Amino acid sequence: MRRFLAIRIAQSLLAMLAISIIAFGMTHLSGSPVDSMLPEDAGPEEAAQLTRELGLDQPIHVQYVKFLGRVLTGDLGDSITWPGASALGVVMERMPATLLLGGFAIIVSTIIAIPIGVLTGVYRDTPFDAVGKIIALLGQAAPPFWLGIVLIWIFGVTLDWFPTSGRGGFSHLVLPAIAMGWFQVAALMRITRSSMLEVLDSEYIKLARVKGVPEWRIIWVHALRNAAIAPLTYFGVIAGIILTGSVVIETVFVWPGAGQLAVEAIRARDFPVIQAVVLTFAAVFILANLLVDTLYAYVDPRIRYR
Amino acid sequence: MSGDAQKSMATIGPDSERLPERRLSSGRRRAWWRRYPVVSIFILVVLLVIPAITADWLAPHDPLHGSIPDRREPPVFFGGTWEYPLGTDRIGRDILSRIIHGAKVSLSISLVGIFFGGVLGTLLGLLAGYFRGWLDAVVMRLVDISLALPAILLALVLAVSVGPSFHTVIIVVVFVLWAFYARQVRGEVLSIRERDFVARARVAGNSHARIIVRHILPNVANSIIVLATLQVGSVIILEAALSFLGVGIPRPTPAWGLMVADGRQLIVSAWWISLFPGLAITLTVLALNLFGDWVRDRLDPKLTQV
Repeated sequence: MRRFLAIRIAQSLLAMLAISIIAFGMTHLSGSPVDSMLPEDAGPEEAAQLTRELGLDQPIHVQYVKFLGRVLTGDLGDSITWPGASALGVVMERMPATLLLGGFAIIVSTIIAIPIGVLTGVYRDTPFDAVGKIIALLGQAAPPFWLGIVLIWIFGVTLDWFPTSGRGGFSHLVLPAIAMGWFQVAALMRITRSSMLEVLDSEYIKLARVKGVPEWRIIWVHALRNAAIAPLTYFGVIAGIILTGSVVIETVFVWPGAGQLAVEAIRARDFPVIQAVVLTFAAVFILANLLVDTLYAYVDPRIRYR
Repeated sequence: MSGDAQKSMATIGPDSERLPERRLSSGRRRAWWRRYPVVSIFILVVLLVIPAITADWLAPHDPLHGSIPDRREPPVFFGGTWEYPLGTDRIGRDILSRIIHGAKVSLSISLVGIFFGGVLGTLLGLLAGYFRGWLDAVVMRLVDISLALPAILLALVLAVSVGPSFHTVIIVVVFVLWAFYARQVRGEVLSIRERDFVARARVAGNSHARIIVRHILPNVANSIIVLATLQVGSVIILEAALSFLGVGIPRPTPAWGLMVADGRQLIVSAWWISLFPGLAITLTVLALNLFGDWVRDRLDPKLTQV
């Protein structure tokens, strides 16, 4: 277990390092920032001076190491759109809203998906299973941003059941969480179903039946306990989908989270903030996957010895 | 792998191979969408391929230039006329014509992206699995990193640093996809290279390159085809999401995601602007997913989830 953890943590750090290279590279791909920072009447001497001050005249690897040093101390420079505010501070201010919405979407979709997945597995090839399949197929086909707009149109405006935008009470969470979670429900359902099918066919379930264990106990206790391992690994993937989804869904619902901030920062070409969002999202995603893998190895000992 | 694990694999093996046979003999009805894949292929062809190829002839109006007096014309049956069956957008462009031309964009992005991603991933997977050693280690770390970086972040970075375009979308798609092929192909090559026919081909004097191309590649071709067909739908959604956020296909190109974004603010007064392109995405992806499932069942039943 310790060896497994050490390898996984090393891999995570490596991934983070690679992402820092990408975040660093993006400022260089777009050309020198000197021209946009100087007044229009500035001559070549001033440009050269600013280049030197910013350290842009140094070899690229030296610049990268300096950048990495600043990243490690949490200093990503100041935001351009919000003068005086640090880029990382702006992002951190918005993160709680993103995590709230994402967390809520994950919890709700799990509560919905696991029971449906189990039941469609148990009642395979019945009309119930067919309905589940249709929900899953539609969920994986409808783009979340469009689903969000349609939900706003139907439930927000026409029926006026829920607020259409912004952050507020519980009712503000409902529509964005559905738009974000439907895809997860579809995916989780499919995985739980196929995992259930496999487990229900195994010897120990047959033994439990022979022993006379009540059917509901076989399904919800004996079978689900093992069938739940497959959906568990999927939570690492979900973390990524939620982060990706937050960019889109927060834009649609004007939810004041980091995803919406990313889009705003892009429109304003606010490089430090974009760098901060990229690094923060990547860190959250990599951390979530590390947690899931650790949990997975804990639940399923076979993984540790792979 | 330890001896115990191998033993348990051996007992699992024949049992799971017997499974499909038993399912069929038990006389359970197969779900309709599995029995009639022709239906989904038909929908797919009608919805995507024909419009994409014949867009210039099929589209009743110019997708780029609208007629201002006819702006926000509702669809037929909702107060509109057959002149614009699905209505017009805010500058009087015909929604139907733009959807038809949008199919061309969606299809070309996914085909080009999957082609390059598939070729790159397959090549790296073949080399990594066949030669092992440091190459394998490097490729697999790159796979980890690529899977750890949410696609949308890369798209944001590229859009800001080099500007959104057809090419940046392709780069994002290739970057997201190649790792899936590399991982899958490498895994299969690891077991194929140990088989007798590979050793015999080597003894017969074949070069490594010839063995990889003539003896190993045909054995992994099915998985590659299955992966590719299963991915078309998700690539279409990815492209639509990027365009929706303004980091994908630039305006005024008729891309489905852009069209949804165009109608977002008008969802109450002119719902058709967003609704129909979104429906086009949903139905297309639905048909593609059904088609992908069918191809998978046909070619490679072992791949249950990709």
